[in-house]
Amino acid sequence: MPVTAVGQSVSRKDGIGKATGAAKYADDLTWPGMLHGRTIRSTVPRGRIRAVLFDFDTTGFTIVDHADVPGSNMVDLIERDQPLLAVHEVRHVGEPILLLAHEDKEVLHAARVLVEYEELPPLLDPEGSEQTFKTITIDKGDAAAMAGADLVVEGTYQTGHQEHIYIEPNGVIAVPEDGGITVHGSIQCPFYALKALKALLGPDIPARVVQTETGGGFGGKEEFPSIPAGHAALLAHKSGRPVKIIYDRVEDMVSTTKRHPSIVRHRTGVKRDGTLVAMEVEVILDGGAYVTLSPVVLSRGCIHAAGPYRCDNIRIEGRAVFTNTPPNGAFRGFGAPQTEFAVEVQMERVAEALGMDPVEFRRKNALRAGDTTATGQVLREDCSALAVLDEAVRRTEFARKRTEYEGTDRAIGLSLFYHGAGFTGSGERYLKSRARLEVTPTGVRIATGSTEIGQGTRTMHAQIVADALGVPYESVEVAQPDTKHVVDSGPTVASRTCMVVGKILEECAVEMRSELGKLSPAEYFAKHGAMTVERMYEPPDWIRWDDATYRGDAYATYGWGCDVVELEVDPDTFDVRLLEVTAVQEFGRPIHPALARGQIEGGTVQGLGYALLERVVMRNGAMANAQLTNYTIPTTLDVPEIDVVMLENPYPGGPFGAKGLGELPMDGPAPAVVNALRHLGHDIRAIPATPEMIAASPVAART
Amino acid sequence: MRIATSSLDLRRPATLESALQALRDDARTPIAGATDLYVTLNFGTLEARRFLDLSRLAELRGITERGDTLVIGALASFTALQRSPLVVKRLPMLVEAARLVGGVQIQNRATLGGNIANASPAGDSLPVLAAVDAAIVLRSVDGERRVPMTEFYTGYRASVMRPDELITAVEVPRVEGHQWFRKVGTRAALAISKVVVAGVRDGPRAARFAIGSVAPTVVRARKAEGVLAKGGKIEEAVRALQAEITPIDDLRSTAEYRTAVAGNLLRRFWAETA
Ligand SMILES: Cc1cc2nc3c(=O)[nH]c(=O)nc-3n(C[C@H](O)[C@H](O)[C@H](O)COP(=O)(O)OP(=O)(O)OC[C@H]3O[C@@H](n4cnc5c(N)ncnc54)[C@H](O)[C@@H]3O)c2cc1C
Repeated sequence: MPVTAVGQSVSRKDGIGKATGAAKYADDLTWPGMLHGRTIRSTVPRGRIRAVLFDFDTTGFTIVDHADVPGSNMVDLIERDQPLLAVHEVRHVGEPILLLAHEDKEVLHAARVLVEYEELPPLLDPEGSEQTFKTITIDKGDAAAMAGADLVVEGTYQTGHQEHIYIEPNGVIAVPEDGGITVHGSIQCPFYALKALKALLGPDIPARVVQTETGGGFGGKEEFPSIPAGHAALLAHKSGRPVKIIYDRVEDMVSTTKRHPSIVRHRTGVKRDGTLVAMEVEVILDGGAYVTLSPVVLSRGCIHAAGPYRCDNIRIEGRAVFTNTPPNGAFRGFGAPQTEFAVEVQMERVAEALGMDPVEFRRKNALRAGDTTATGQVLREDCSALAVLDEAVRRTEFARKRTEYEGTDRAIGLSLFYHGAGFTGSGERYLKSRARLEVTPTGVRIATGSTEIGQGTRTMHAQIVADALGVPYESVEVAQPDTKHVVDSGPTVASRTCMVVGKILEECAVEMRSELGKLSPAEYFAKHGAMTVERMYEPPDWIRWDDATYRGDAYATYGWGCDVVELEVDPDTFDVRLLEVTAVQEFGRPIHPALARGQIEGGTVQGLGYALLERVVMRNGAMANAQLTNYTIPTTLDVPEIDVVMLENPYPGGPFGAKGLGELPMDGPAPAVVNALRHLGHDIRAIPATPEMIAASPVAART
Repeated sequence: MRIATSSLDLRRPATLESALQALRDDARTPIAGATDLYVTLNFGTLEARRFLDLSRLAELRGITERGDTLVIGALASFTALQRSPLVVKRLPMLVEAARLVGGVQIQNRATLGGNIANASPAGDSLPVLAAVDAAIVLRSVDGERRVPMTEFYTGYRASVMRPDELITAVEVPRVEGHQWFRKVGTRAALAISKVVVAGVRDGPRAARFAIGSVAPTVVRARKAEGVLAKGGKIEEAVRALQAEITPIDDLRSTAEYRTAVAGNLLRRFWAETA
């Protein structure tokens, strides 16, 4: 069958709508009789609610508190510990207490609600927290082998919160419909929101979720939208009218989830010749006030904590802990950017301690096919650690520059990293993701729960179907995710939408082709009428994983990357100027080269912001700089053009050889930047590495 | 928007006289480009509800020369400053400052008068005006007065301007010598200053140097200038500068960093303009 769409940068399915402004986002939609909703939130990090007083005329208002919940007041996620509306106590600033709705937005915002608290001392330091949400231990060999090392290097590394800064803040509209509630909204995972709504509304009120055009997510709209969706649904249920809730930027930054801050401690034992003998890693994630997805973030963080290196003796111990801060949640990379930052700076320091070239040290220890990871997974031919490293080093003339820049204000540094694609371990087996293809009068329609959030889902899925079915790309439609009309394909997260859902679609298309015979879908429809093919994901049969011991095949495959950063530090202001950034990444094969490049560029920029600029200032448990003026993400002037290299190493388990890509680019930039700063002599162990921190960092002797 | 905009009371006078009369009659808050005002309206922190829109006062927009004096109307936008051949020729460091204020959209709306009246210690034009001994022209129904930029501010966000006065113009005497400007923001563009400096090198020992974001108001570094004028060492001038600023830790930076960078920038200015 001739391949015509895959591998081509075909025009995006959503391109014209977005470029012309025709695409409708949540705040563009209205319904007759619609009310606007507002959330009254806690202003203290910990306290008991003594009284809630209304200092306004309540005529025309719909007011909802926890007593109005028809079903369960607990968000239905991993644990049911987080109330949609606080009952007696609040555990973090920004915690929802009460909901108001009114048809006039100005009247709504003018309403004053006074909440009186009995304030209690908050717990803000994760290291001091004894309330643990989850602990994980990964053991390989015997870490006591450390005793046989020639040299042991220790280090503690810290990363801060990070905000998603999707362009579109959270927004939903709940509409009473057919005796139930339909929520339209900016949502990454409509079936997560559906599950939460069902628990909230109880068995008598049917729920439905429709994804509206979504202006970015980065994980921030993975589990979080269940809360605004639930709130709007409660207001709509009580008022009997559609209710829209749109957060403004400040509310979004103060009260929604962020990337987990981390503290990671390493002890690494090596032989004089650079052989890794043993690694001990302790990972602490600050989960915030409720569990959300912290156990899974911790899991992915721990699995990646030893880096892409071969070492026979590894012990990784992780814990996610409670603090009285807004709950942290999913964010592109999901724990791996934190732990890979730590291990890559640690590896740089081990090489320094050995007096070894950082590239040589990595080359010696990088994972190869046949090696085993920390969880004991034997890697296959889809392991490209050495390939990305060698290409990055060659392309950037790393060795020459490393020497040449000695003694100047310039420096060069790199990081080697990897990222598991899809859900961890048996996750994909439990998910039982489905996808459906439907023959239509004009071609074929894809009906999955996978969401387009800017990353190109619709386009990429249509390419896969077009080629697998042997029909023109233009004849493939993609249905808007609506839980009433599409199947649950699992969440649009974990770098799984191409590799996993794309694979099911490929199989659907192959099956449909055999049903169609020589007919085109339109011809078939004219002759026989509608036809649908629906299939469930079958993970590779060799995957073995034990959740109790954390041993086995953590992921079906991994993407591999090597980032090289060249920078200059201003001698007067300590500003870091990035001069060149090279991102060499292997993720099987790009289905759509322009979109793939966009993911790498965007993820790299997000990682550079994480490394240098993006600092969440917490004061008494609340984000104090919740504005785009003072929480600074990179502008085009802060990043140079990025040299993106896409190495190919097709993965047999993915559609047309593709692996996952979305998160991989997020893992590498921070350690590459900090390793370049090390090259200048700045011993930085925490990010963001602000000019203030660089100014204060002792300049050690150069290596 | 957290404030009910439909309830705001806005007057839009056509002449300066009627504007000044309106200010005198019923205390109103002037609006120029609204780039500062809108932020506080949006957050719900602005108390004012009665406004006076200055946008029709074309006479406050001009940029002219009067003898040796450059006269910049209070409503001149940062874009207008960049495009004015007079400013480019006579006060190039104001052009540099204007280019670094916000982004293009902000530069199109934001005015010089608004930057001065807003009285944020981080205002990027302020050190430029302080270093060149500009005068602020204030007008009320009672008449006009001129206040040297270096005496305009009385404290954090406080100035000698009365509620019934408008800034109508800024007057800049002829500047001889090398002009030098440097903004240190939280990123390469679209950033509020952590430290911002402007200097004029009038001769081998003569310098005028002003610095923002390191004290409640913009600081004209008289002590450091004095050290240099007497032929003192640059390190001595740096110490003098560091003693006459009072930086704080805030959301954007630290006192320690600001102190160090202020010193570094004085050294750099002195070396580059030698
Ligand atoms: C996104 C963004 C980025 C920004 N970046 C920068 C930056 O990089 N550097 C910087 O310095 N500033 C920055 N600002 C702040 C702002 O743009 C400037 O201070 C601008 O010069 C204000 O001018 P305006 O005309 O918009 O003032 P307005 O907002 O209209 O007014 C500001 C204040 O001045 C008063 N006022 C205005 N004109 C007069 C007058 N003629 N007489 C008396 N009182 C008057 C008003 O009553 C008000 O109190 C930024 C603002 C935004 C929103």
